Amino acid sequence: MAPRALNGWRMGIVVVLGLAFGVGPLILSTYWVGLLTQMVILAMLAMSLDLLLGYTGLPSLGHAAFFGVSAYAVAVLATGYGAGFWACFLGGIIIGTLLAAAFGLIVSHVRDVYFLMITLALGMVLWGLSYRWIPVTGGDNGISGIPNLLTHAGIPLTGGVAFYYVTLLIFAGCGMLMRLLVRSPFGLTLRGIRENEGRMKSLGFNTWLHCYLSYVISGAFASVAGVVWAYYNGFVSPTYLELTASSELFLMVTLGGPATLIGPVLGAAAIVLLKNVMSAYTARWLFVLGIVYIVAILGAPQGVWNLGTREKT
Amino acid sequence: MTYLITQTLNGLFSAALLFLIASGLTLAFGVMKIVNIAHGSFYMLGVYVAYTVVLRTQSLLLGAIVAILVVAAVGFVMQRFFLRRFGTDPLAQMMMTMGFALMFRDGALMIWGGDPFTLPYPSMLRGSFEAGDVVFPLYRLFVIVVAGLVGLGLWMVNDRTLIGARLRATVDDPEMAAATGINVAMLSGLVFAAGAGLAAFGGVMGGPILGGYAGIDFDLLPLAFVVVIIGGMGSLKGALVGSIVVGMLDNFGKALVPELSYFTLFAPMVIVLALKPTGLYGKA
Amino acid sequence: MRGCEGATVRGHLGARVRRWSVTFRRTVAPSYRRTISCGVLALALLSGAVLVRGQAGTGPIKIGFLVPLSGPLAQNGRDILNGFLLSLEEVSQRAGGREIQVIVEDDEGIPAVGLTKARKLVESDKVHLMAGALLSSTGYALAPYIDSMKIPMVYPVVSADDLTQRKRSPWIIRTGWTGSQPNHAFGEYAYRTLKYRTVATIALDYAFGWESVGGFQRTFEAEGGRVVQKMWTPVSVHDFAPYLAQISRDVDAVYALFLGRAALQFLRQYEEYGLKARVPLIGAGTTTDEHVLPVMGDEALGVVTVLHYSAALDTPANRKFASTYRARYKKVPSYYSESMYTGGKWVIAAIEALQGRVEDRDALLAALQNAKPTDLPRGPVELDAYGNPIENVYVRRVERVNGELQNTVIDTFPRVSQFWKYNPAEYLKQPLYSRRYVPPS
Repeated sequence: MAPRALNGWRMGIVVVLGLAFGVGPLILSTYWVGLLTQMVILAMLAMSLDLLLGYTGLPSLGHAAFFGVSAYAVAVLATGYGAGFWACFLGGIIIGTLLAAAFGLIVSHVRDVYFLMITLALGMVLWGLSYRWIPVTGGDNGISGIPNLLTHAGIPLTGGVAFYYVTLLIFAGCGMLMRLLVRSPFGLTLRGIRENEGRMKSLGFNTWLHCYLSYVISGAFASVAGVVWAYYNGFVSPTYLELTASSELFLMVTLGGPATLIGPVLGAAAIVLLKNVMSAYTARWLFVLGIVYIVAILGAPQGVWNLGTREKT
Repeated sequence: MTYLITQTLNGLFSAALLFLIASGLTLAFGVMKIVNIAHGSFYMLGVYVAYTVVLRTQSLLLGAIVAILVVAAVGFVMQRFFLRRFGTDPLAQMMMTMGFALMFRDGALMIWGGDPFTLPYPSMLRGSFEAGDVVFPLYRLFVIVVAGLVGLGLWMVNDRTLIGARLRATVDDPEMAAATGINVAMLSGLVFAAGAGLAAFGGVMGGPILGGYAGIDFDLLPLAFVVVIIGGMGSLKGALVGSIVVGMLDNFGKALVPELSYFTLFAPMVIVLALKPTGLYGKA
Repeated sequence: MRGCEGATVRGHLGARVRRWSVTFRRTVAPSYRRTISCGVLALALLSGAVLVRGQAGTGPIKIGFLVPLSGPLAQNGRDILNGFLLSLEEVSQRAGGREIQVIVEDDEGIPAVGLTKARKLVESDKVHLMAGALLSSTGYALAPYIDSMKIPMVYPVVSADDLTQRKRSPWIIRTGWTGSQPNHAFGEYAYRTLKYRTVATIALDYAFGWESVGGFQRTFEAEGGRVVQKMWTPVSVHDFAPYLAQISRDVDAVYALFLGRAALQFLRQYEEYGLKARVPLIGAGTTTDEHVLPVMGDEALGVVTVLHYSAALDTPANRKFASTYRARYKKVPSYYSESMYTGGKWVIAAIEALQGRVEDRDALLAALQNAKPTDLPRGPVELDAYGNPIENVYVRRVERVNGELQNTVIDTFPRVSQFWKYNPAEYLKQPLYSRRYVPPS
């Protein structure tokens, strides 16, 4: 299955993104380095949702939950138990993945709008937990005091730029793994399920198992993003698990271009950029953002990256 | 005993408001498969528009009428000219409603500012009803009765009128319905508008007690979803049963286990979804 | 992107560029030309962003201001900003011989966004000083960053106790209050003056609620009173009926801590359920603060609360502030507005003391700590050794005057510190007020 032909404007976008992500932090101010770091982390998160939403066709409106839970795991392990870097890093990922494995059992037999609803419900349950389980999560105030990633990991570098490149490395690693996955027979089966589950079943595939694994794997990658996010901000807050967070994530994937992996990266970068740049110019940025979403959906219902093509990959 | 009666009545009041909001949400889904993230915004716009009318005319009734008409019109335009373009793609429609929700939220802030307010009680309904030790506000009883009447009215329209029959036909099979000459586009627009109007009416009804404030749209939305999920998407009966279940659970949950106040709401939702994803009365 | 290749240029340079562009056109295929040009343009833009940095030294004094301007807290954020702008208007936006420039950013009420915007203000806009923050969660989230960047930040509203106690941040100046500060005085007042002996409390279930109730309970019970029931409502609740049904009616008073729309709803519903007629209502100041008082009705009459400010405070400085604010913004100033008005005057006083030399951040911090602005609307204020104000605490009762509801000041506790009458070292040995707080016996 060939990826989108990198002609004209798509090449342009890749070049700009590549330059920005690759060498941007070396020449830009620390504020922009921070923004780029955010873009990379959220791009990882968006790609993880793409596995589930774009490739398997399961629309999840609660994906920020794994992101948030792994972030909280890092916070609790680091501040509550004084755990070392690898314990926090791996612990966060493992806890997020275990949660996905548990939830996956409940959701994997459901499809379409009902999948949307059940993932929304689960997301709300976790949000409520982060808010109300005050002894563990700190409630509304969240947990702050997460140590700096570089010092915690014993990396002899300091500063936002070093942190950025570590994040970029993790992003590249995850991206490559995800790319391998979607091009593998497993990935092809997922796409088959997305297109016509009945047919896949009649061909002998265990579609339930494939959906379950897709859910767990995308939860695992989301957890990686959550762990890095916790280190980036140095604190965690229930806002990481809100419905608005999951909705925004959903939009990043669908407006960027589902089932392409790079579309969601574009979507994440675009939305982070929009929100931060617009709010510097107008207090009415939320209104403008709403209009942007509507126009984007009208103009590019399959996502910006998929503009001009009819078939999906 | 007093406690039990009061909490039951509280639960019914919550159910009443929830029903007014959720009925529109479930209808929109039933007919058009739209998951309307902007539905809480309709409630919000309803109470804000009513507030403007009330400030000028002191009449809650007039406020209610204007609010229903204005918000229904907004809903109609939204569905007919924007959402309908993606009639076969529920996800795209849902995302559009997300965009609209943001616009409504900031738009309300621009027009009315962010200060909270409450609507005045209708003069006849001030005060409380007292029977022995039980004290219950008259207005809340009124809302329970009104919501019941609305529910009855909706059921009668759905079950006994031609338009109701057309609606049910469209829910069951839109293509066949169109083939029999039903103007599905118009019907969809009207249903969506009616749902918006109902939510706005809920806003006005809740106005004297909950008032209006910046953020009420997203505060109410999860509750509406819980009702519709438990009751079943597309079923009015489900909306009724769901509202009562959620209203009772919420009130008794807050009273008996305040630590777990969110769980008492969301856990049943998850259980229902896990066992019967289409909800108690939803169609597969 | 057309125009990259077709621009006309003059002279030697022009000729060379033309020759180069011809070669370019001949050797590189069209589709790649476009993308390479775009890449170069992007690089140019990025470099431009790098080079355009503010000049420090002379020029305007830049203050970075961070509040929610969208979402549910937008109005409170705007009130805080308006108070600040008013204080600057009174000095024609000049202090220490330099112009003052305020760069405002919206933190949306989300701590992560607040941190991102703070980074922009400090690292990109190169502000000399930061101010603002509304939520305690944002206040806590920003503290490590502010400390690491060694830039002073003024918190006029954030009332999380620990920010000037156990988790003291050296670079944060609080010109507002701590949640428990006025409530320590109130506990004593409720026992001695109001003669209450048993109280039930109901408050929002987060740090602000815990700290307010904790402060009240500590002194109230030290006097001999008893808090017989403590209820906590989740912050997103809008119908308090299930809680009101459970409040004990056998107490002398109910103490309530709410703010914003919750205060409005609670007072309405308190009356609905017949409690207003049976049990007197007292509470923390935000429950009847002027940001919601004007839209309340008779249900608010007679409620006694405590805060370090009231718009009805009858001093020349406050009368002037309130009338100016009203004329300018068409509403009564709330404690949010007053908070950053005072904060603004504080900052101006510090800048004046330094004669405008704000580039030395250590000196700026010291100047802020030692500033003694006068004629503040709330009365005399000075900072304690921990960076928190020592100020008057006012007991107010809601009354209708000239057809309008106001918080009439009925008593004053002068010079109240965050530690009340306790020795700071002893006080800090005790844990922070939490929802399970029990006063030491």
